[in-house]
Amino acid sequence: MKKTKKRTDRVWVIILTVLSLSYVYPIFMILINSLKKGSAITTSGAFTFPASDSFAGLENYVDAVMSKGFLKSLGYSTVITLTSMAAILIFCPMCAWFITRVENRLTKLLYVLFVLSMVVPFQMVMFTLSQTADWLKLNTPWNIWIIYLGFGAGLAVFMFCGFMKSIPLEIEEASLIDGCNPIQTFFQVVVPMLKPTMVSVGILEAMWLWNDYLLPTLVLDIKKYKTIPMLIQYFRGSYGKVEMGPMMACIMLTVIPIIIVYLLGQKHIIKGVAAGAVKG
Amino acid sequence: MQKAMKRYAPLFIMPTFAAFLIGFIIPFFQGIYLSFCQFTTVGNAKFNGITNYVKAFSDSFFSHAFVFTVAFALVSIISINVAAFSLALLLTKGLKGTNIFRTVFFMPNLIGGIVLGYIWQILINCVLSITEKPLLALNTSAGYWGLIVLMCWQQIGYMMIIYIAGLQNVSEDIIEAAKIDGAANWRVLWNVKLPMVMPSITICVFLTLTNSFKLFDQNLALTGGEPNHATEMLALNIYQTFYARAGAQWKGIGQAKAVIFCIIVILISVIQLRSTRSKEVQQ
Repeated sequence: MKKTKKRTDRVWVIILTVLSLSYVYPIFMILINSLKKGSAITTSGAFTFPASDSFAGLENYVDAVMSKGFLKSLGYSTVITLTSMAAILIFCPMCAWFITRVENRLTKLLYVLFVLSMVVPFQMVMFTLSQTADWLKLNTPWNIWIIYLGFGAGLAVFMFCGFMKSIPLEIEEASLIDGCNPIQTFFQVVVPMLKPTMVSVGILEAMWLWNDYLLPTLVLDIKKYKTIPMLIQYFRGSYGKVEMGPMMACIMLTVIPIIIVYLLGQKHIIKGVAAGAVKG
Repeated sequence: MQKAMKRYAPLFIMPTFAAFLIGFIIPFFQGIYLSFCQFTTVGNAKFNGITNYVKAFSDSFFSHAFVFTVAFALVSIISINVAAFSLALLLTKGLKGTNIFRTVFFMPNLIGGIVLGYIWQILINCVLSITEKPLLALNTSAGYWGLIVLMCWQQIGYMMIIYIAGLQNVSEDIIEAAKIDGAANWRVLWNVKLPMVMPSITICVFLTLTNSFKLFDQNLALTGGEPNHATEMLALNIYQTFYARAGAQWKGIGQAKAVIFCIIVILISVIQLRSTRSKEVQQ
C-alpha cells in the first residue's frame, strides 16, 4: 500500500513539474523574443530561438530605456504606488477604527457605502471621476493618491473593520481610563495589533495600484505622464508599426522586478492573500 | 468611550471620507444622474429622461457584449475553481517541491492585465499562424478561448492559495473519524472536505465571478474587442461607447449602460453570496 502511494506521488510530482514549466513558458518566450533583432521578430516565429545573425543582445532594452521613456514610467508608477499605499495604510485604519467603535446611523451608512464601492465596477464612475479629478487638479502623479485613497478605501476599511471587530474592547478602554486620549490609544495600542492586517491590505492594494491601467489613463495627462501599464498599451495605441522589440523589452523590464519582489517577499505575499480572503 | 472618540471624529474620519467623497460618492451619484442626461462634459448636461436607457437596450453590440460576458464568466468560473481546488488538494498532500509549485502557480497573478494580455496575444497569434488559422484580430472563437486561457493562467494561483488555506483548516480528527467509519477517499473529499471548505468556495466563486464580469484590461490588450466588437465584454463596450464614438448622444448612452452594468454586477454578487453562504456548515 505504501509503495503504490509513493509511486502515485512521484507521478503527481512529474505532472506538476510539467505544469509549472508550461506556466513559466509564456514569460520565457517573451524573454527570448526580446533578445531578437526587430526584423527577426515575426508572428509565427515567436517560439524559435534567435540565431546568431538575428541575436540583438540588449539592443531592445537599451532602446526601451533610452528612447521609449521606460525609466520615467517606472518612476511615476513607483511614486503613485508608494504615496497611495502610504495614504491608504495611514488613513483607512483610523476611519475603520472609528466606524467599528462608534456605532450610529452615520457610521453604519458609511460602512455600507464602503462595501458598495468594492462591488461597483469602475466604468460606473470613470467619466465623472476623471472630470472631478480634472476640476480639482488632482491629475499629476504627485497628488493622484487622493483619488486612489478614495477608490481603494473600500477594500481597506472593510478588511480593517473585519479585524477590529475581533479585538476586545477592554484593551482600548483600559488605555483610555489610564489617561491616553483616543489619538494615543490608536497609535500605541490599536496600530501594533493591526500590523498583520496592514501587511495583507498593503500587499493587496499594491498589486492593484502597480498594475492599474484605466484610472491613470483617464486621470493623468497621457502626453506628460505614462505609468508602466500605460506605456505598454501606448506601443500599440500609437499609430504606425508596433515596435515589437522594445515593447517586449519593456514587458520584461516590468515583469523582472515584480518577480524579484515576489521571490523575496513570497511568504508574506502568499500569507497576506490567504488572510485577506478569509476575512473577506 | 464613544464620547471620548466622538470629539476626535473629524481627525479620524475626515481624511478618508474626503477622499472617498471625491473618489467615489460624488462620481457615483453624479453618474446616476448623468445617465438621464445628454452631455459631453459634466457642465453641459441636459435632462432627457430615459432616452439613454432605451438606446442602450436597443444597441445590438451591448446585448452581444452581455451574452459574451455571461458565456465567458460561466466557463471561466467553473474551470478556474475546479483547477484551483484540484491543485490545492495536490499541494496539501505533502508532495516534494510543494513550495516551489505554489510559488510558480501564484506568480502570474502579480503581473498586470495589460502586460498579460500582450504576452498571450503574442503566444496565441504564433500558435494560430503556425496552424494556419486566422489571427486573433479576425478570429472570434480564438479570442474567446484565449481570454479564458489567460484568465485561468492569471487567477488559478490566487484561488489555489485560498483553497489551500481552507483545506489546512480542516482538522485531521474529522478526516480520521470519517476514515475509521470506513469512508473511501472520494467520500472523505465529497462529504467531509468539501462541506468544510465551503467558506473558501464562497469567496473564490465570488471573486472569480466579479473579476470575470468586470474584466477590462485583459480584454483590451488581448483582443481589443476585435473582430468588429465580437469579443467585446461589457466593461470594454462601455469604455468604447464613451471614448471611441463621435456624437453628442454617446456619453449619455455609455453612462446608462454603466448603470445597467453596475446593477447587474451588484445583483449577481448578492445572489451568489446568499446561495453559497446558505450551504456553509457552522463550525
